[in-house]
Amino acid sequence: MTGASAMAPARIALVGNPNSGKTALFNALTGSRQKVANYAGVTVERKEGQVVSASGRAISVLDLPGTYSLRARSPDEVVTRDAVLGKLAGEQAPDVLVCVADATNLRLVLRLILELKAVGRPMVLALNMYDIAQRQGLRIDLAGLAREIGCPIVTTVATRKRGIDDLVGQVERLVAAGAVGAESAWREPAAGEIRDAHREAQRILKAHVKPPERPDTFTGKVDAVLLHPAAGLVILLGLLFVMFQAVFSWGKVVGDLIGDGFTAAAGLIAAQLPHGLITSFLTDGVISGVGSVIVFLPQILILFFFIILLEDFGYMARAAFLMDRIMGGAGLHGRAFIPLLSSFACAIPGIMATRVIDNKRDRLTTILVAPLMTCSARIPVYTLIISAFIPSRMLWGFVNQQGLVMFGLYAAGIASALAVSFVTRRVFWRGAVEPFLMELPAYKIPDAENVARNVLLRGKIFLTRAGTIIFPLMIAVWLLSNFPGAPAGATGPAINYSVAGRIGHFIQPAFAPIGFNWQMIVALIPGFAAREVAVAALGTVYAVGSGDTSPALLGHTLAQHWSVATGLAFLAWYVFAPQCASTLGVVKRETNSWLWPGVMFAYMLAMAYVAALITYQIAIALGAG
Amino acid sequence: MHDMVPDVTARPPAQAEGRLVRLSAARPGDRGVILEVRAEAHPSPARSRAGAPLASRSARKGGGTDHGVDVHELQRRLLEFGFVEGARIEVLHEGAIRRDPIAIRLDEMRVALRRRDAEDVWVLLDK
Repeated sequence: MTGASAMAPARIALVGNPNSGKTALFNALTGSRQKVANYAGVTVERKEGQVVSASGRAISVLDLPGTYSLRARSPDEVVTRDAVLGKLAGEQAPDVLVCVADATNLRLVLRLILELKAVGRPMVLALNMYDIAQRQGLRIDLAGLAREIGCPIVTTVATRKRGIDDLVGQVERLVAAGAVGAESAWREPAAGEIRDAHREAQRILKAHVKPPERPDTFTGKVDAVLLHPAAGLVILLGLLFVMFQAVFSWGKVVGDLIGDGFTAAAGLIAAQLPHGLITSFLTDGVISGVGSVIVFLPQILILFFFIILLEDFGYMARAAFLMDRIMGGAGLHGRAFIPLLSSFACAIPGIMATRVIDNKRDRLTTILVAPLMTCSARIPVYTLIISAFIPSRMLWGFVNQQGLVMFGLYAAGIASALAVSFVTRRVFWRGAVEPFLMELPAYKIPDAENVARNVLLRGKIFLTRAGTIIFPLMIAVWLLSNFPGAPAGATGPAINYSVAGRIGHFIQPAFAPIGFNWQMIVALIPGFAAREVAVAALGTVYAVGSGDTSPALLGHTLAQHWSVATGLAFLAWYVFAPQCASTLGVVKRETNSWLWPGVMFAYMLAMAYVAALITYQIAIALGAG
Repeated sequence: MHDMVPDVTARPPAQAEGRLVRLSAARPGDRGVILEVRAEAHPSPARSRAGAPLASRSARKGGGTDHGVDVHELQRRLLEFGFVEGARIEVLHEGAIRRDPIAIRLDEMRVALRRRDAEDVWVLLDK
């Protein structure tokens, strides 16, 4: 190896079992020099970072999805297999594989190592969480083990950044030695070969690893409580309650502050610039467009903070265990629990999180029902309509009637998600769900830096992905709502004369049976960009102080113009309606087809119409017209 | 308390010691060694007693299993996860609804799985 090739950065790929601390090691190696994108053509997340060795050699590090085997079953595992084999389109084969192993749990990874050896690429084994292994009195004969598996071993503690220089040094030595991959002899192992490999792994383990003197008893004790059939579920519900309290009370406060900031900025610009189209474009199009994305950032960050914290602690697998039968009754996989939970903040990260589900049908079912979970964008609409039409009364002395309706709307969302999934699995895909096989990792205290880094990463991904879709949509909706402008001498608000206004008038007859007037339809059109925009649009249509979105005033106006039946029908509509173009866009990207966004749009629209129809007609019959 | 135990797993513990059972029928506290991991399509006796929905579902597939993947794929996944002959097993916990899924200790690992996916794992319980 000389000349130009020696100067090119060496490429390494991290591969290992889930829960081996692979991502922590990736973070320890690369620090903030990392970049998240997607692999070409698939929706698997690609994490790459840079590290510079002590001698100044640049090394690029690829963090591959965790796997137990090269026999890929999910899109994530296909990426891992193809990257390891050097067959991934648009990716160069790694120079060195770094196999990351949890030092306290070596049996399964040893079998993976034997598979990786067959690939024939130079490899380093990183025995991670080595401090825990030492604390447990686990004795590993490193030299013997290295001889046996035929590759150098480095001990690391990723969370304390121990062993990182060693690891980089080993990689560099392998690259400098000009070690090149042999011809890959890997092929999918049959059952008998998996057994043989296990036997071999068992033999190696017996020869070079002495079982721990002080095995982890903490995990067993905690599990006795957290996995208890009754106490475990109560604790899970308690945790969810705390999570949503945090998301909706802290997150909303910060989000409202940001929202106020954007309103103030819009007001400032409106005051500085002359009244006209440009000003309207800047304030109503650009600033409120950007603002409508950013106000959700605090809630997304708080939600992901909890999810990542629980994940790192090892609780998420327990949550999936506790929920599996309940979800399974509706035809969902236990792992769908986490994506559906995320969908309470926003369906977009929720749908992105369905990647943890191996089977395509399980995953599609989860994607289809995710938008039925009440996302935070519905809250402004719910709050407005509830405060306008539901009296704030105490029931039975301690239950606030408005809160009860809010709870009912959430419950309706969850119930309908389970029902839709149930019907999908019974009527359309009459197969059983995938096998549910999941490791319950040992509990670990989460590392603050790792949690912070991963939360920020999620925030960044949300901003770029949601921002790039929502922003152009907001511009499109602004165009629809502003062109053509009002004719001279017009009396009503300008939006009545625009394309959106005309559409509203045109399709209103179809909405008469559910009690919607044309103003509501006009407001729903911009509301398609993002649900909460409907609130501002209602303000525009009813010409409640332009630019001012004071909810109290708007609520008062709505109560004058709408019957109670109409208000309730509007709430029912909002539980189901596919009022979010960004979600449909994400579904298109995740499924790589317009079919599924189409299916989603159609079924949600149908459910929304039927729900609003039933609500309206019953309310009329009860005299709320 | 005892009549809440569903048929699926009802089994007096005393008789079971030293016996060969499917992992799908094991209860918390049961420990033993995996004797065999099979790849069989069968409506197990346990399943056919488990009530109409499950029975009719397996009947629909011509008496086959209902794992979402074929039995050989299921067997390979079980093997890859460490369910291999000779591995030590202890059932630790079970879910609240129909005692499903189960959490087990498999050698040094803790694993969760559904009972219906554990039917082909045969365990020789300790005496």
